[in-house]
Amino acid sequence: MSVDTEISRQWTTRVRKGVVDYLPPDKMLPDTQPNYVASWIYVFGVTTLAAMIIVIGTGCILAIEGPLWWHHSTLGHFVNSMHLWSCEIFFFAMVVHLWGKYFMAAWRGKRAMTWITGVVVFVTSIATAFTGYVSQTNFDSQWISTQAKDGINSTGAGAFWNVLNLGQMLMWHIVLLPIVATLLVALHVVLVRHRGVVPPFDEAAIKAAKSGTAPKEVAS
Amino acid sequence: MDSLFGAIAAIINLNHPGTFIHWGWFQISVANLLVICLMILTFVVALFVPFPGRSKRRGGDK
Repeated sequence: MSVDTEISRQWTTRVRKGVVDYLPPDKMLPDTQPNYVASWIYVFGVTTLAAMIIVIGTGCILAIEGPLWWHHSTLGHFVNSMHLWSCEIFFFAMVVHLWGKYFMAAWRGKRAMTWITGVVVFVTSIATAFTGYVSQTNFDSQWISTQAKDGINSTGAGAFWNVLNLGQMLMWHIVLLPIVATLLVALHVVLVRHRGVVPPFDEAAIKAAKSGTAPKEVAS
Repeated sequence: MDSLFGAIAAIINLNHPGTFIHWGWFQISVANLLVICLMILTFVVALFVPFPGRSKRRGGDK
């Protein structure tokens, strides 16, 4: 076996080729975007992403000092407020992004998995926010957790997911759910870059007519 | 600096229990209703307000 053949069979070579074939660098970080992207409705995805970075950054600072820090430190209170308000912006922008993508049927053109990962990120984010609200270590978190326990117990999930257990909720909030949310967001962005931004209906119809795939491209 | 923060904080006094609106079985806090209205407004504005530099981009596919 020649050296070249041996190298081409290595898993590192195959993975690298697979990654570059699926998402070439100029597709991952493009220099230009189609004309139709020049609309305010297209900015809410990246706004969500920017807010998420602030949420994670402030969350990391809060994790260093612990969940009680914000009760007795003005800096802790400031960082906690940054965490809350970036989370508010995150959800605000994500909902507007979701509405925009829903009304432009953004699952068209083999983008179903992009839509599905977005929906799962949305649900995961709600769970992450919920575990954050019950980890505030104040009367608000006590009220929310005692109200929520009845609902969650009625589903049977309360047997292993106890909203009154601060340690468990905090671990879910700062470890498990952020890992899942971050991985899903990364996958969502990779899928968006792979397929490109969904074109408006009229633009898709023109493209499909040119390539002779009109009904499938517009309807699917 | 404290007085500046005090003045900003005084615009909306949040130091009280939430206000709720009831329509039959439906109940929502004013804060949540306000956020939903702002999201709808933002969505509509995003659809109709022209994006800066859009006219320059016209004419090409990219």
